[in-house]
Amino acid sequence: MRKNSGSFKAWLYLLPAILFLGIFMVYPLIDVFVYSFEEGYNSASQTYWGIGSYNYSYVLRDPYFLQAVKNTFILVIITVPLSTGIALLISTGLCSIKPLRNLFQTVYFLPYVTNTLAVGLVFMILFKKTAYSDGFINLIISLFGGNAVDFIDGPYWAKMFVLCFYTIWVVMPFKILILTSALSSVNPEYYHAARVDGTSRFRIFMRITLPMISPMIFYLVITGFIGAFKAYSDVVALFGTNLNAAEMNTIVGYVYDMLYGDSGGYPSYASAAAILLFAIVLTITCINLLIGKKKIHY
Amino acid sequence: MEVILQNLTKKFPGRDRKKREDVIAVNDFSFAIPDGKLIGLLGPSGCGKSTTLNLISGLIKPTSGKIFFGKDDVTDLPPENRGIGLVFQNYALYPHLTVKQNILFPLQNLKGKEKLSKSEMLDKAQAAARLVQIDALMDRRPGELSGGQQQRVAIARALVKMPRVLLLDEPLSNLDARLRLQTREEIRRIQKETRITTIFVTHDQEEAMSISDMIVVMKEGVVQQTGKPQDVYDNPSNLFVARFLGTPPINVFEGRIQNGQLYIGEDAVLEMKDISERSVYVGIRPEGFLLQENGPLCCKLNGVEVMGRDISIVSGHPASLNPAIRSIIGADSQIDTSKSTVRFALNPRKVFLFDHETEERMAFSL
Repeated sequence: MRKNSGSFKAWLYLLPAILFLGIFMVYPLIDVFVYSFEEGYNSASQTYWGIGSYNYSYVLRDPYFLQAVKNTFILVIITVPLSTGIALLISTGLCSIKPLRNLFQTVYFLPYVTNTLAVGLVFMILFKKTAYSDGFINLIISLFGGNAVDFIDGPYWAKMFVLCFYTIWVVMPFKILILTSALSSVNPEYYHAARVDGTSRFRIFMRITLPMISPMIFYLVITGFIGAFKAYSDVVALFGTNLNAAEMNTIVGYVYDMLYGDSGGYPSYASAAAILLFAIVLTITCINLLIGKKKIHY
Repeated sequence: MEVILQNLTKKFPGRDRKKREDVIAVNDFSFAIPDGKLIGLLGPSGCGKSTTLNLISGLIKPTSGKIFFGKDDVTDLPPENRGIGLVFQNYALYPHLTVKQNILFPLQNLKGKEKLSKSEMLDKAQAAARLVQIDALMDRRPGELSGGQQQRVAIARALVKMPRVLLLDEPLSNLDARLRLQTREEIRRIQKETRITTIFVTHDQEEAMSISDMIVVMKEGVVQQTGKPQDVYDNPSNLFVARFLGTPPINVFEGRIQNGQLYIGEDAVLEMKDISERSVYVGIRPEGFLLQENGPLCCKLNGVEVMGRDISIVSGHPASLNPAIRSIIGADSQIDTSKSTVRFALNPRKVFLFDHETEERMAFSL
């Protein structure tokens, strides 16, 4: 009896969280899955024709979706390794300087606390062509005798460059924060031991530092992949809401457009796209975990 | 390789913002460590012994003074060019590498002329592993080894390059009592086999006494006494050294010399003809007490601990500085535990007098 009342109390305490998670996380997840198989679902009349995989075949043949998948993959493949690598370089640098270290750490952390749209605005100033100027970057390009490029409304590669640049810049602070703390938690005795043995700095980094912080790097890569697959707000901040026209849509952007955009009102297609995104992220994360198990020793 | 320390001093800048006084970790340390010997640097924590070791290793630079290995002045050489092997207190084995990779690590750093072929490296690593008897564990990782095995790996890694000097920082402090006993014999054996000059740091006097050829006793950065363990034990130069060496520790009493007699409290325990009247500290080793029915030193009997080989008598005396006096007598002695007092005669060779002001040793003849 006592035991039962004890577990009743426990459930009572858990109830608010369970209710919240159930209503806003679990139920929608299941619902999305159900929607994705309901053909011709109409949200106004709450009716559908039948059940099947038509939504998936539609989405998979939609050129906008394929464009979004391509964009997302390019973004992921370029930004995750680059941002992790650069963050590693910067945090290694930060850990080996003593004076002004705190100042630099703060400076590198600023993008993290800055509002996305404000940062988007800064990037507009840097890259956008207006009636008055070609943007700061173009100014520099023409200073070196190059031709001005329209980064915001111009060719695909230029827009992709801006997006990748922006994404790397935005995700960097968090990675630097994690990596500097990982680096400073390595026991200095290992470095002393390596020094006594006459190990070169490069070898110390490759053979001692990297393996020691590999769990953290691995964590950053996984969360980096997931974060980049979910990219949307950054793209809107840079290129506006009509992403399909700009050829810069992402998978999450496509889902949003299918729901609320000008061409929207198709929750079934949106659900199918969302489930596809889920499948992609799940696969990549599983692959990552498999590689991680082999490469990370402790 | 002979190691010579000349007026070695290391000051660390003080942390206190109000008075920026330097902390003197090692003060004017001069000592010549003979070739091929095992030397124990001994002292309580904070006495500068680890700093001294790090100065010899080159991981920190001295404020002043010089260090020679044989005839080479190594004071300004970085650690990797000194030809030392260093075993850290926590071993500092690379956790992601196997035992074999750990031992190979120093060899793989060799460049240019010294560079070895793969098979030469493996041979050397095997030889080092065999020396410390871990050649069966080569493919394990440090996390899968016991503390004693990790210690051996650390020694093998330090020895694989055949250093001129081997340095061990508190080598036994992370081991349990039984393993400690075993490992210290092991260190002794390895040192004898390799004939490498070895310096180790410890705060455990028993450890230092048992295996060292020579010990250096330090206190607050200053060398108190150097010499063979038995000599230092038998002839401590001051009260600190006398108290630091020996288990159970030496018993110290307030005493005075009066009318050619040494008094402890009201008991005249020894004749002292050649010292004028003054107050002194009297140190008596536990084995210096002789059980005697009408002995001069009368103590309150608190208890008797039988330890098999011998008996430890715990007693009290108003003039004693130690809370309890411990004396060790042979196990076959008869002691009447029903009495409330116990009387001792003293073995004068186990009694030391120290000046009451300077705490320096005072010689006396009987």
